[in-house]
Amino acid sequence: MFQYIEKLGATTIYYLRDIGRMGLFLLQSFAGVFSHPFRFRETIRQIKEIGSSSLGLIAFTGAFTGMVLGLQGYYTLSKFGSEGALGSAVALSLIRELGPVLTALMVVGRAGSAMCAEIGIMRNSEQLDALECMAIDPFRYLITPKFLATLISVPILTQFFNLIGIAGGYLAGVVLLGVNPGAYTSGIEQSVVNLDINLGIVKSFVFALLIVWICAGRGYFVHLIRGAGFGAEGVSRVTTQAVVYSSISVLLWDYLITAVML
Amino acid sequence: MSRPIIEFIDVVKAFGTQRILDHVSVGFPEGKTTVIAGGSGQGKSVSLKLILGLIKPESGQILIEGQDIASMKRRQLNTIRTNFGVLFQGSALLDSITVFENVALPLRERRSLSRQEVHRRVEEMLDQFDLSGHGEKYPAQLSGGMKKRVGLSRALMLQPKIMLFDEPTTGLDPEISMEIYRLFFKTQKKFGYTSIIVSHDIPKVFNLADQVIILKDGKMIVFDSPEEIQFSVNPEIQSFVETTMGQVYISQDIEKLS
Ligand SMILES: Nc1ncnc2c1ncn2[C@@H]1O[C@H](COP(=O)(O)OP(=O)(O)OP(=O)(O)O)[C@@H](O)[C@H]1O
Ligand SMILES: [Mg+2]
Repeated sequence: MFQYIEKLGATTIYYLRDIGRMGLFLLQSFAGVFSHPFRFRETIRQIKEIGSSSLGLIAFTGAFTGMVLGLQGYYTLSKFGSEGALGSAVALSLIRELGPVLTALMVVGRAGSAMCAEIGIMRNSEQLDALECMAIDPFRYLITPKFLATLISVPILTQFFNLIGIAGGYLAGVVLLGVNPGAYTSGIEQSVVNLDINLGIVKSFVFALLIVWICAGRGYFVHLIRGAGFGAEGVSRVTTQAVVYSSISVLLWDYLITAVML
Repeated sequence: MSRPIIEFIDVVKAFGTQRILDHVSVGFPEGKTTVIAGGSGQGKSVSLKLILGLIKPESGQILIEGQDIASMKRRQLNTIRTNFGVLFQGSALLDSITVFENVALPLRERRSLSRQEVHRRVEEMLDQFDLSGHGEKYPAQLSGGMKKRVGLSRALMLQPKIMLFDEPTTGLDPEISMEIYRLFFKTQKKFGYTSIIVSHDIPKVFNLADQVIILKDGKMIVFDSPEEIQFSVNPEIQSFVETTMGQVYISQDIEKLS
């Protein structure tokens, strides 16, 4: 009985500490923006890294998502004789929901996992200790550029996803199934309002923050995570954990933001 | 011996219920070489991390030139750390940048020098360590011994007062180990730093030591010379000497020393 309570207490303390650490990590990452000298070039390099590693994937997923929406939308709408609304159905689904969510999930898979593994390996091979010993702030030097780069890249990639997706919907609906092209484009113009666009943008920023926070943070604390083990195994476990946690958080926050902003 | 530049006063360090250092008080004399020996998992690396302020003790003081780093804020700690050079167990080179950039890093970050001046100093340092021509390589493309030499160049770039070596020769073949010790001798003569060496390479490293510390069961036992260990009557020390260093090496070592 006592053992059970003791275990429960230890677990509670562990999770509270973990949350505290992660909170502090977030603050320090932002504080890194103001400590000098700011690493502008490294930030640009990271944007390229995150952007270019995900761009092809985003184009591919965007195109097929749009095309599927075109087909499915046509199938549903034609039952009510309102194929003309296809453009607005595709655009609204993409801009409000699928664009931000799917982009975020793709970025988690490509850039987020790589980030977590990179930082985790740096921790295990004492590279982070070495930075501290040289009196170099690891946040300013390493983490903050990744934070900013993700916050910049993800919203841009999301808009790119939306554009490609709308074009994909056009291809499926107009070119293949013969929906009136004028109806497709004017449907988008008439139905998409500022709120929809803002909702998409807010989501993409929040998702970006979740991704980089969880992925970079898990890698940074790889040595403190319970049950992860050590060495290469620890890094691989923690990377998997980062991917799972950030994907779940993206879906959870997607619901919360939609519910609040609707 | 000269006054201690680093001092542990009644230091306790524990992880959970495991006591690594148990009320340890010890001094590291300035300008001298101290070797820390001890079995695996006895807390040698932990002791170095305490000196660097990377981890904090549960209680006690760690004085660097009289200032207690255990209670310091990050900013003060960074000022103190500019006195240190560290050669990590695995060299700890940043693997996303080249050898040249690694060695240039302390200069770029801690000094404001012109591009040419940085270039000149780094090339000079690389040259000293037989690394010229390897500047554009990445750490993953180097051998273990080369990595150590790059690590040493990086550590010496700001001319530290104190050098810490965590197992500088573990995993290297004997010839390359000798090379590392030769470089150590050369650079210590040139820069005059205080050094603390953690090593398993007992016979060789004892020849460099002014003071030897054996870490065992949370205590640090200090010997003012390597010979003193040989003649210690403490049975625990004797058994440590036998098990860790091997009788053969010791007798050879005595011959060399006497
Ligand atoms: N961050 C940590 N959390 C928990 N325990 C730790 C931590 N760091 C070290 N330890 C424990 O402290 C003890 C001493 O570790 P340390 O790395 O100092 O050993 P060492 O003397 O350097 O051994 P080796 O010769 O194998 O490198 C070990 O039992 C280790 O498990
Ligand atoms: Mg060690």
